[in-house]
Amino acid sequence: MEDGLGGVQSVLVLGGTSEIAIATLHRLIEDRTRRIVLAGRDLPRLHEVADDLRARGATTVECVTFDAVDTASHEGFIDDVFNRFGDIDLVLAAFGVLRDQHHAEQHAAAAVDVAQVNYVGAVSVLTPAAEALRAQGHGALVVLSSVAGERARKSNYVYGSSKAGLDTFARGLGDRLVGSGVHVMIVRPGFVHTRMTADMEPAPLATTPEAVADAIIAGLHARRGIIWVPVTMRPIMTVLRHLPRPIFRRLPI
Amino acid sequence: MKALLTGWGRTAPSAAEVVTPDDDDDVDRLLAQSGRRGAIARGLGRSYGDAAQNGGGTVINATGLAAVQAIDRDAGTIRVDAGMSLDELMHRLIPEGYFVPVTPGTRFVTVGGALAADIHGKNHHVEGSFANHVRSFTLHAPKETLVATPEHEAEVFWATAGALGLTGVVSETTFRLLPIETSRMLVDTERLDHLDLLMERMVEGDARYRYSVAWIDCLASGKSLGRSVLTRGDHAPLDALPPGAREQPLRYRAATRLAAPPWVPPGLLNRLTVAAFNEFWFRKAPRHAVERPESIPSFFHPLDGVRGWNRLYGTRGFVQYQYVVPDDATTTVRQSLERLSAARCPSFLAVLKRFGPGNPGPLSFPFAGWTLALDIPAGLASLGPLLDELDRLVVDAGGRVYLAKDSRLPPELVPVMYPELDRLRELRARLDPTGVLQSDLARRLQLL
Repeated sequence: MEDGLGGVQSVLVLGGTSEIAIATLHRLIEDRTRRIVLAGRDLPRLHEVADDLRARGATTVECVTFDAVDTASHEGFIDDVFNRFGDIDLVLAAFGVLRDQHHAEQHAAAAVDVAQVNYVGAVSVLTPAAEALRAQGHGALVVLSSVAGERARKSNYVYGSSKAGLDTFARGLGDRLVGSGVHVMIVRPGFVHTRMTADMEPAPLATTPEAVADAIIAGLHARRGIIWVPVTMRPIMTVLRHLPRPIFRRLPI
Repeated sequence: MKALLTGWGRTAPSAAEVVTPDDDDDVDRLLAQSGRRGAIARGLGRSYGDAAQNGGGTVINATGLAAVQAIDRDAGTIRVDAGMSLDELMHRLIPEGYFVPVTPGTRFVTVGGALAADIHGKNHHVEGSFANHVRSFTLHAPKETLVATPEHEAEVFWATAGALGLTGVVSETTFRLLPIETSRMLVDTERLDHLDLLMERMVEGDARYRYSVAWIDCLASGKSLGRSVLTRGDHAPLDALPPGAREQPLRYRAATRLAAPPWVPPGLLNRLTVAAFNEFWFRKAPRHAVERPESIPSFFHPLDGVRGWNRLYGTRGFVQYQYVVPDDATTTVRQSLERLSAARCPSFLAVLKRFGPGNPGPLSFPFAGWTLALDIPAGLASLGPLLDELDRLVVDAGGRVYLAKDSRLPPELVPVMYPELDRLRELRARLDPTGVLQSDLARRLQLL
């Protein structure tokens, strides 16, 4: 159960090797979280993460295989997790891919892969996950979106469009679930220093997985619907969103 | 009907199917028909936390079954349906010269809820908690329906006291009433400048009063730490009333004069507003007053005058934290007040009281010692670590936290605070072998 101060006891992470997810789990374990299910493709790496989480105080950490593109398996996967582990207080959707945009511009398969994982895979797994949370009458669903979804940039529109779809889906889902006891929170980070972005030139206001984790904890506590990390991203994106296209496309971003 | 429920603190909502039984048989039927996520009874929803919530399951609204079955004037007892509220009981009983044996700070609780939380009041130091005054009750458990008294089915009787509905749904309940001559209270008030003085006065004088409680300014620090207003009193005898009032000595009126607005800005109750309120509260109390007459609502239920006062804490809600530590753990009381004061914790309802001996209920909260209760806005930053620290102080002193008010205790501390928790579990194996009775609180604290 979530407690009166937003603490959660059990967590399912979709994309269990995500650095933002791991940083968030570290913070959650300092509070009330004891039972964790890590789902992802890379089982050996998940087991390493699990060992670290146990050392930090988690009592039960299970690793399960989850592949975002294997959409046919998702419903059964969610049923299995909720049946075996009991109530899940928090589902953290942290999986996603960021392919080289130049490559994706030339190779449809790479662009489709981004759309399949980040959007189609999310729609496929979050639908049964939201239903499972609704059935237990409580819980939080945290979705890692991105400021890239706010407005398509020429340099990053493949990834950005997948996050735009995910973000819109999650907003609608959150509105539908008002009154069901399930709280959907969308996280819109700017540039985050992670493995995924290691080869990229850091954007202004670049942030860290730890800072995103702190914002997620505070957002859960306050039951926020959307959070921006850093918070200054919100006014910046509001301005960018309203720039006329001829100006926007000339910006060096 | 599907409904989103919270406790009085308005934190951690969950959605459940809320059903209102038509009669006692209906209760049995609802228990039998509840699904995998079970059922729990709910009264007027005054538990601060998640005790009467059951996300994804069934919540049995017990307030529909609320008739007075009989008053036995020879025995001085009343038999009522458990959905009856103390508010309605007072309206009926006070004009007839009776008072409820125990009342908490609100009269908007049901008899069933009073037993489930084993509520205490300002008279605990001499008269104990609610279950101490109960003669018998009917318990609808999933496996059987039975009548429990302190003599017959004593284990069921005491395990139900404070078990927050986890032994079954209580229906008919018989309990002792307190005869009164008038509806007035005679109250002695003292304003005390610091904690030592307050505790000294309580130790030395509480036994002379039926009712005693102290309000503490949690924001006071240093030499003023624990500055407080101690109020103690008893029901006024007839001859204490002025001649004009003796015509209708049992006249009772309790009105809610104000209502909190449906929406208040978050952070209305902050350090500044609470400090101002506390200063006013302290200053308005007489330095020393003896046998001042007061009405029952003003003495026992001042907050009931404001309907929906819990909304004043804004959408984030608030938590109530109440602990009891043994009589000799006065340093724990001091340390906890120091922590709260250092954290500038904006609690405008901090209450210190002495408990008398507890009862055999494994989950009944009170035992002889000091109890401190606080209301704190849930949005306060670093509240979690502060309360975790208080938990440690309380556990180290051999104390416990009141589960009926809890919304954030770590589950591993429950068996430490309530070492006889297993007695409840053993009893559930008999009364509820398939685990029908469930609640958000039971899941959160791993009580089952």
